[in-house]
Amino acid sequence: MSALSLHGVSIRLGERLLLEVDASATADEPLTVMGPSGSGKSSLLAWLGGFLDSAFTANGEARLGDLIVTDLPASQRRLGLLFQDPLLFPHMSVAQNLLFALPPGATAKERRAKVEEALARVELEGLGDRDPATLSGGQQARVALTRVLLSGPRALLLDEPFSKLDTGLREATRKLVFQTARDEGLPTILVTHDEEDARAAGGKVLHL
Amino acid sequence: MLRYAPALTIALLIGPVLFGLAATLAPAFGWLPSLGGMELTFDHFHAFLAYPGVPLPLALSLATGLAATALGLLITFAFVAGWAGTPTFARMQHAISPLLAIPHAAAALGLAFLVAPSGFLMRLISPWLTGLERPPDWLIVGDPWGLTMIAGLVVKEVPFLLLVTLAALPQTQAVSGRRIATSFGYGRIAAFAFVTWPRIYGQIRLAVFAVLAYATSVVDVAVILGPSIPPTLAVRLTQWMADPDIALRFTASAGAVVQLAITGLAILLWIGGEKLASLLSVALRDHGLRMRRDGLARNTALTAMMATAATVFGGLTVLAIWSVAGLWQFPDTFPETLTTRTWARALPSMGDSLATTVTVAIASTALATLLTLGCLERETRTGRTGGNRALWLLYLPLIVPQVSFVFGLQLFFISARFDATWAALVLTHLVFVLPYVFLSLSDPWRAQDPRYGALAAGLGAKPSRVFWRIRLPMMTKPALTAAAVGFAVSVGQYLPTLLVGAGRYETVTTRAVALASGGDRRVLGAYAFAQMVLPFLAFLVATLVPALLHRNRRAMVATA
Repeated sequence: MSALSLHGVSIRLGERLLLEVDASATADEPLTVMGPSGSGKSSLLAWLGGFLDSAFTANGEARLGDLIVTDLPASQRRLGLLFQDPLLFPHMSVAQNLLFALPPGATAKERRAKVEEALARVELEGLGDRDPATLSGGQQARVALTRVLLSGPRALLLDEPFSKLDTGLREATRKLVFQTARDEGLPTILVTHDEEDARAAGGKVLHL
Repeated sequence: MLRYAPALTIALLIGPVLFGLAATLAPAFGWLPSLGGMELTFDHFHAFLAYPGVPLPLALSLATGLAATALGLLITFAFVAGWAGTPTFARMQHAISPLLAIPHAAAALGLAFLVAPSGFLMRLISPWLTGLERPPDWLIVGDPWGLTMIAGLVVKEVPFLLLVTLAALPQTQAVSGRRIATSFGYGRIAAFAFVTWPRIYGQIRLAVFAVLAYATSVVDVAVILGPSIPPTLAVRLTQWMADPDIALRFTASAGAVVQLAITGLAILLWIGGEKLASLLSVALRDHGLRMRRDGLARNTALTAMMATAATVFGGLTVLAIWSVAGLWQFPDTFPETLTTRTWARALPSMGDSLATTVTVAIASTALATLLTLGCLERETRTGRTGGNRALWLLYLPLIVPQVSFVFGLQLFFISARFDATWAALVLTHLVFVLPYVFLSLSDPWRAQDPRYGALAAGLGAKPSRVFWRIRLPMMTKPALTAAAVGFAVSVGQYLPTLLVGAGRYETVTTRAVALASGGDRRVLGAYAFAQMVLPFLAFLVATLVPALLHRNRRAMVATA
């Protein structure tokens, strides 16, 4: 299993150096990046995902095994993103959201079956035709996670994905996400300002 | 393709303005080989200035334009200052915003039908109050001072100014500003004037310039409501441009250059006025003026705003009644009988102009929407906006007087053998439709959460798929609303249609204005009614289609 490793990464806003990172993350040992807001931790994920604002400049590279992912266009990196909001596409049904993520191939029927199966795994069976806006916060978080997994990601990038959930829900969602990442063998980088998140992730913690 | 969208947009926007201006300037100085003008001369300016009764129209254009803009801005300012954040404000906002879609000419005709000596208002008070059995011989519509014309411009510009002010309001922390100032003992109007307005004005300044430029050079409203002996400069020029006497084209070109100078002078005077107003405001503020009891001012502003809405709606209602009126003698308040005869008579001849109106509006709006989407998508992908310069470019066709460049554009089209074609008409309308479509769509587009796009790319979607499947569908409602605005702008175009259509292509707007000088109020009512129904239908589509598409998507209905 390959690691997602950051080599000589630095991000600047204008002249100001925001961060310098040399670290790697695996499925068993996720990397947690902690820092106050404005420390540039989110811009690290933005750079990895391939949508860093042009006001920033970044150096260095990120590798998955031999593959230099930061050389690829954003749509070919296959780095699954989870934000603090579930960001389900509001104009699509739950199933359409998942179908959008599913790589092309297979018949419509098979694709639909895959989606139903994935929904069942997170205890959302039969909710495919629902409007995402009518789901509870916890259900939306689970759909968002399922959507990322269906896209066949090489790694997971988590941008404070639990900060907007209620305490009880936060525990359960955290467990689900990290357990799934481990089960699927997905190297994970988590950005947060919550110590609890870092503890739940296990692995290394990097303070900015 | 997408890469060229900004350049193509700028070319289609600025090209006609520059070519048009150049093609106006050249004949003004004697250069128009196709009509035998081969030498550079100032003769045409002399001829123009020597024309009997020319100085008065110049002064009239300047004064009516400045007065209409100042009054419209004052009403808007006082209303927003006095009422922002109240339930009354929200209600008025809903009542006023549809007025924006109504063509200037239709609103002006409505006003004429209200205030004319034989108009609805006089009927309301006759004969029981006035004792009049016959309409009085007063010159209300077309008064020599241009007062009715100023009123007609004000009632149409107030909704526009209100809308741009509302768009600027959220970025100014108006609520917290008002609370702080109120805690220091300031009245509502003073709090708004001292704390919030300077920031708003900075953002709406170009729109105010556009209003001023429009008001100093307007043709359709001036034909309907303005003085006729002599008319305003722009009306006089339009008459010359359409005159069979070809020699008058040179004089008209010289006049169009003078019109450019008049509008420029109006803007300079306005900038001087801005400086004065700002000095005065700062002096009053430093002096500690609180205006704690501003109830009278607030109520005056509200009354003015309600009068604006009532005038336009009332005028349109009277127009609609005329189109179905049977016998309707003075001083009867309402017609004795109602009939569909007018419509039966008008519809067959209306068909062609209706078809031209709708097809030109749809084509120019579709082009404008495509170009706008291309520019905005390009902006999203590169992260680079055009900034302030782009805003100036967008406003350029709205600030350069239409008579000053559309006339030249027509001459240019003639020399390219492209005149009086449907395509030329669409391209000309595009110049005026594009800025409005872009201005309406850019704010909601830029407010879109960029994380959706990032997330979709992370799921493996290529940029084109992110656009077609995520960004565009999520923008359905704002995009259709912007298109409806564009459609309404196209329907309302008078001068560009008149000059470039050259009589071959007529729209309901050019027909309505042409009929305004005749006596048939019923047919005129029918055309003016068609003029306001078309934009209304466009907005209806822009409301219904997203509601149908997203009927089961709560978040789309809520956010849109």
